[in-house]
Amino acid sequence: MNSGPAVPNDLPNDLPPEIETVVLGDTEIARALTRIAHEIVERNKGAHELVLLGIPTRGVPLAVRLAERLATIEPGLVPADVVGELDVTMYRDDLYKHPTRTIGATRLPAGGIDGKVVVLVDDVLYSGRTIRAALDAISDLGRPRAVQLAALVDRGHRELPIRPDFVGKNLPTSQSERVRVRLAEVDDATDSVVIEQGVDR
Amino acid sequence: MRHLLSTQDLARTDAIRILDTAAQMSATQSREIKKLPTLRGRTVVNLFFEDSTRTRISFETAAKRLSADVINFSAKGSSVSKGESLKDTALTLQAMGADAVVIRHQASGAPYTLATSGWVEAAVVNAGDGMHQHPTQALLDAYTLRRHLSGTALSAPGASGPDDVAALGADLAGRRVAVVGDVLHSRVARSNVHLLHTLGAEVTLVAPPTLLPVGVEAWPCRVAYHLDETLRDWSPDAVMMLRVQRERMSGAGTGGGAFFPNPLEYTRKYGLDARRLRLLAEHAVVLHPGPMNRGLEISAEAADSPRAVIVEQVANGVAVRMAVLYLLLAGDTSGDRTDPAPTTERVRVP
Repeated sequence: MNSGPAVPNDLPNDLPPEIETVVLGDTEIARALTRIAHEIVERNKGAHELVLLGIPTRGVPLAVRLAERLATIEPGLVPADVVGELDVTMYRDDLYKHPTRTIGATRLPAGGIDGKVVVLVDDVLYSGRTIRAALDAISDLGRPRAVQLAALVDRGHRELPIRPDFVGKNLPTSQSERVRVRLAEVDDATDSVVIEQGVDR
Repeated sequence: MRHLLSTQDLARTDAIRILDTAAQMSATQSREIKKLPTLRGRTVVNLFFEDSTRTRISFETAAKRLSADVINFSAKGSSVSKGESLKDTALTLQAMGADAVVIRHQASGAPYTLATSGWVEAAVVNAGDGMHQHPTQALLDAYTLRRHLSGTALSAPGASGPDDVAALGADLAGRRVAVVGDVLHSRVARSNVHLLHTLGAEVTLVAPPTLLPVGVEAWPCRVAYHLDETLRDWSPDAVMMLRVQRERMSGAGTGGGAFFPNPLEYTRKYGLDARRLRLLAEHAVVLHPGPMNRGLEISAEAADSPRAVIVEQVANGVAVRMAVLYLLLAGDTSGDRTDPAPTTERVRVP
């Protein structure tokens, strides 16, 4: 069975190794997260009634890091009380187009999300479909006062009317490129954001 | 995974994947809004040729919680009672566009026939066939056991304090499960023996020799005839009581047909009562697939004791069936449309 991508037949089989460009290193990622944390506090006039929901896999450690930064800005805030994770697998609209996805855990902070300001945290914002699924998932879990969106990288190519409130870096990309985020917590590597050159279509 | 027909051809990784998915499904069932949009637009047909309350309701609930459309089809009051064959029924379902068929049939192997005949393209889930298999029951039993026999739950008394965090991804390696009662007529026992073996647990069947099937020595388990000795000397972590299936025993006029002299003697030798409950280790749990014959294989004291996880089994059944339907229906299945060739266990009926 051919499991390769749908590429034109006249392309040589032995493509050169994928070219990786590092766009953000660990210090840049740390700086971007610190800025986002300050922006969240500024926008919401404090970190009161705030809940950070990370979208698995890499949104979760990002949400934890943001909460730690919020705690240094707003003394008295306990990171564990504001961080949760939100698995959106069962709300996706593309389940039938991929092999069966493994369902992740959904864990809300003890106070729930009713009446709170929920900040969704994800690593890469692309088509916006994950965020649409997340919005559906949130509405089944409670009724937050407002929902905001923080993304480490916004690479454009939105397919839905969704816009981030807080962005680490805007990254103009071509759709044939792949944006990879590596985080120490999940990838066992130093933090980085890289663009992998794909096949031009 | 294309169909779920038997626990015998279920690999360890697949079994653990189902149990882990069930754990996430179970977490969604404690929410205020229990319905998920996951299987919207998919159709699940419950095809029940044999009476069933809890399995059918459980499958129906599971499908509805995942937003699938459910069509219930029972042999009574349908064209089957007019003599329609399984093939024609299957072709009708295919024409109606069923995505999954949940089938219970009195004939062992009917789900396998449905899955491999090419009559339907739908995923086939075995909900109990004759005296052969009942895989979702075994999976929900394994899920229940895993919650209560992992991590901190292993030292907590009875059914208190299940440890869901430790249970995630775990198997049942080294756990001891005694399966007691009417093994001969029990598809639950067959499915459980294979699944528990796959998950690494040790199983002992405890039954009178008349209620053990021919060829039981080839099963991956031990066989014992004395319940007291097994409970005392083998110290199982869980006891699974089986229902005495009197409807499958011919000449059931006096209670047990030719299989045991009378119900009272069966209860004395193989019934779980308060005295036998005290022989168990403190953390041990009691399971029963239901419906229970209170006073025959299990006393009211045992059924209502804090060790009994019988009611929890029903709730876990919905989560496990949601997991099975999700794994069979949610993904892109066009890649594995080829039929598997599972080894069918030939059940010899004495």
